Amino acid sequence: MAEKVNIIVFSGDLDKVLAAFNLALGAAAMEMKVTLFFTFWGLNVIRKDKKVSRTRGIMRKILSLVNRGGVRRLPLSRLNMGGLGRSMMKKLMEDSKIPSLEETIKMAQQMGVEFVACTTTMGMMGISREDLIPEVGRLAGVATYLGEATEGKINLFI
Amino acid sequence: MKADAILDTLGLYCPMPIVKTAKKIKDLKIGQVLEVISDDEGIKEDMPAWCRRTGNEFLRIEEGEGEYRVYVRKLK
Repeated sequence: MAEKVNIIVFSGDLDKVLAAFNLALGAAAMEMKVTLFFTFWGLNVIRKDKKVSRTRGIMRKILSLVNRGGVRRLPLSRLNMGGLGRSMMKKLMEDSKIPSLEETIKMAQQMGVEFVACTTTMGMMGISREDLIPEVGRLAGVATYLGEATEGKINLFI
Repeated sequence: MKADAILDTLGLYCPMPIVKTAKKIKDLKIGQVLEVISDDEGIKEDMPAWCRRTGNEFLRIEEGEGEYRVYVRKLK
């Protein structure tokens, strides 16, 4: 049976998310079974560019204005400089023939990496299933992660 | 060394050389040899590790000027 790798993607920072996806791709190439659990700011990675569902409540409306989802909006954890740092990083990646995060997400899915979204943060932030990209296969909670983590050889929190 | 298939990963960084290797090896028959060309130094450690993990045979690595030719025999 294939060894299992579970990665919690808590961060919504482009650099950290790239590290998570590189590990996921590498593990899939090593014939391991990989599951990525997206929670909290990590949900921004698997959110569509535009919010589809209606947001209820003033706090959630404010949050959805200041915390917009979508891969292209993810900031760098350091030296983001209002998005300038992110643009420079993307240019550097392109020049170095490093696939963009968008391409990496597609590759991960083609290689069988599973995407799970955390329902607790979704509920709290007012994010619905239709706000998430179609690559997300399952919505689940802590019990699912823990269940799979006990079977996992490698469990990471990023 | 003679290979049955060649995979050019020049200019690509980790993890792309092993990601492409994993894909390419599917086209080969058991016993055939894949040659992977890479200029990422990490390949020296990564390809043997990939082979150990996936049960394929790491045959040898040839170092040229800033590029590596790695030979892998498909075993399963």
